Amino acid sequence: MIVPKIEFRHVNLRYFTPKGETLALRDINFKVEQGEFVSIVGQSGCGKSTLLSLLSGLIKPTEGEVLIDGKTVTGPSPQVGFMLQQDSLFEWRSIVDNALLGPEIRGDDMGAARRKAEALLTRYGLGDFLHSKPSELSGGMRQRAALARTMCLTPDILLLDEPFSALDFQTRLSIADEIGDIIRKENKTAVLVTHDIPEAIAMADRVIVLSRRPGRIKSIHDIAFPSHGNDRPGSFAARETTEFPSYFNTVWEELEVHVE
Amino acid sequence: MSSKAAVTDASHAAVASSETTPRQSPQYKAWLAGQQREKRLIAIAQFGLVVLFLLLWEIAPRMHWVNPMLTSYPSAVVQAFLQMIADGQFGEHVFVTLTEVVVSFAIAMVLGTIIAVLLWMSPQLERVLDPFLVVLNALPKIALVPIFYIWLGATGSIYAVAVAVALFITILMLYTGFSQSDPNKIKLVRTLGATRWQMLTKVVLPGNVHTFIATLKANAGLSLVGVIVGEFQASKAGLGYLITYGSQIFRMDMVMAAIVLLGFISLAIYALIQLVEMRINKPAARAD
Repeated sequence: MIVPKIEFRHVNLRYFTPKGETLALRDINFKVEQGEFVSIVGQSGCGKSTLLSLLSGLIKPTEGEVLIDGKTVTGPSPQVGFMLQQDSLFEWRSIVDNALLGPEIRGDDMGAARRKAEALLTRYGLGDFLHSKPSELSGGMRQRAALARTMCLTPDILLLDEPFSALDFQTRLSIADEIGDIIRKENKTAVLVTHDIPEAIAMADRVIVLSRRPGRIKSIHDIAFPSHGNDRPGSFAARETTEFPSYFNTVWEELEVHVE
Repeated sequence: MSSKAAVTDASHAAVASSETTPRQSPQYKAWLAGQQREKRLIAIAQFGLVVLFLLLWEIAPRMHWVNPMLTSYPSAVVQAFLQMIADGQFGEHVFVTLTEVVVSFAIAMVLGTIIAVLLWMSPQLERVLDPFLVVLNALPKIALVPIFYIWLGATGSIYAVAVAVALFITILMLYTGFSQSDPNKIKLVRTLGATRWQMLTKVVLPGNVHTFIATLKANAGLSLVGVIVGEFQASKAGLGYLITYGSQIFRMDMVMAAIVLLGFISLAIYALIQLVEMRINKPAARAD
């Protein structure tokens, strides 16, 4: 039996405050295989970002287990790369020094890390901006720099917490396409959290719908685009396929149901 | 279009472009000229205000609208000033006061930073000490002058007052700045596996340069207040001493000269900090 890359085993999460306790996640149970791209959708406050915090080891489940490669997550690991909503580039550092943040914190060999960061940035089209400050870059370029920062630690799992939501619509589409492409080419396992249904469908192999708080898994939808042939279309092309609208309607209805 | 873009260019963050400056339209030139004119008028008004004040100060006592014994005159102040420079008195007093200000300013800054860092490193410690810091900050430190004098003697008490006046506000300003560091950046470095110390050195400290500058500015003024008050209580030299001594022997010209000098000193310190600030801000483009 192959060990799944990521596994949630009956995870419950409660937040404690002096006023009382809140159940944020209830009985979360799913697996993600190596190389798979999973999107998690749900309304604001349903705990979808919390899932990523659990995966990255920033918080621990109240009950149940979160496993990566069959081992319980105990804390942040370089194996897991996290892309946040804001690019959060440090404005006092150059782009290449921003990309080097991970190796710096991990105490890695900085010479090798610098070569790697420069190669990554060049590959992402930022070769001319290595020594620029973040304020000199556009939104899309900043997000690519953030991706280079994440990739610099060579994670094999990528957690994406609405990383495109701060971008304008056009940039958002093309960056999602680019980043989706990079992730697939390098055969990374990815979990994307978003409330943008088209984005969730266009990028993923599976879409997990979370219910309102307390978040639990409402349904899981396998996404495939047979009309496009054997290989998975990019997130741009996926939006043009004949299957896309029906996926959209299904997920939309799943989410809509509990607005009432 | 081009003139409009030029007028509002302050709000334009450069996005990796280096357009040549657009040709200036006649409207824009007129607008620029108007700005220049206004700047000049303001400078003239400011200068005029100073001249008017000095004239009034000179004339009022001479015409006996006010008692010259109480106010002295600018010309007398200048004379006292020159005379004290000539007999080397001023140099000594200024040196004493400046040394006290610089030393206590540095102590307050270093000690305050260390304590603020400790508070940030240990939230439990912060919660324990919080009410005490609030009370100590609210307490008028000047009330402690007599105690400091008894405990530490003349010189020691001057430093103690100046440090006490500046220290607590340093701690509170820095700690507030630290705790308001961008939560997204903190989360980011946490996902990269940062320890609390790394969060401090990678995010909190470099992200709070502006807080440091603001604290420096506040402290420069406060240390000066502390030192002068300390010198009032007991001292044999310094500008605070000169002011008390001058008023006791009713030499208002001496008192006024010392006060004017104090004004220049605080101006100089402020300008120095401004310089540091410009030096720091120069390489970085505008932060948003």
